Amino acid sequence: MADEQKLYSIWVYLQAEPLFWLTLTIGAYLVGDYCYRRSGLFPLFNPVALGIIIVSSVLLLFDIQYERYFDGAKFIHFLLGPATVALAIPIYRKWDLILKHSKAIVTTVLLGSCFAILITWGLATLFGLEREILLSLLPRSVTAPIAMGVSEIIGGIPSLTAIITIITGIIGAAFATFTLDLLRVRKMSARGFAIGLASHGIGTARAMSRNETAGVFAAVAMGLSGIVTALIVPLMIFLLQI
Amino acid sequence: MLQSVFVIFLFQLVGEMVQKYFALTVPGPVIGLVLLLLAMLATDRIGNNPAAQLKQSLVVTAETLLGHLPLLFVPIGVGVVMHITLLEGQLAAVLGVIFIGTVLTVGFSALLMEKLQGRGDDNG
Repeated sequence: MADEQKLYSIWVYLQAEPLFWLTLTIGAYLVGDYCYRRSGLFPLFNPVALGIIIVSSVLLLFDIQYERYFDGAKFIHFLLGPATVALAIPIYRKWDLILKHSKAIVTTVLLGSCFAILITWGLATLFGLEREILLSLLPRSVTAPIAMGVSEIIGGIPSLTAIITIITGIIGAAFATFTLDLLRVRKMSARGFAIGLASHGIGTARAMSRNETAGVFAAVAMGLSGIVTALIVPLMIFLLQI
Repeated sequence: MLQSVFVIFLFQLVGEMVQKYFALTVPGPVIGLVLLLLAMLATDRIGNNPAAQLKQSLVVTAETLLGHLPLLFVPIGVGVVMHITLLEGQLAAVLGVIFIGTVLTVGFSALLMEKLQGRGDDNG
């Protein structure tokens, strides 16, 4: 009994400290990465998705508030900012290649961003979603801060857009490789660019961890499509009379 | 190592300040990315490149930081799972839109990009 109480008091102590949540987050990700490799790179077993599922299961099982977890995990979350800035370095290293393909980059980002918005609008209409949810879905392909800003301007629900955006990123990261293999797209620059355009930072993270050229083109696509989408979503709503 | 970490943090800080000052929708770190890229391209044009050593150290730091980039999305992803009830009865339809839309966008963009690039190697 005394031992049990001791264990309980240790648990109470650990819960309040960042160390436990940081260890859990990194551990869950490593387990995800291990399963992904062992499964022969099976798309549903990607490290981010598995990491998220493992951590969420622990929180739900022990009835822990997300805010308490995030209070510790925010130190990992914080690194997203510096990591985004650090993307400048691989982009700088591949700068000549980017200049070489600048025409293809500009055209693809314009048409691809329009495609992403229109297909989302079409599918949401087809599935009969409510207007507010449809509006929250429209900017889903771009990085969450931009998507939330756009969502607010057009009358969507920013917090819903944030969730939708993250899900888009995870689905992009999980299924892009499979889709691109199926379509026999071989060029790493084109593969990466499509992933970054359709699934922003999470897709870019994924591309970067597989191939530097793909990662660099994903980062360029993420940045440019973010800016293009912020400009054209309000315009499209006006033109389509949504 | 420490110098390059300082440079990265500094550019993020400047990016965040620019974003707040001009009330831009583009996030601060993305502005920091653009500024750091411009700074590195600009110093290339100066003779005998004074920042060569710093750039070398930035390359190493960036490799470390970007090596496990997907890990950094786990905390926010857990937030999505914990708040998924916001979608209520529309969850299946929303997931359907996201899944089909994302796969089609990836396919469309990749095929278009590859076609526009024409032949040739991209050393990747």
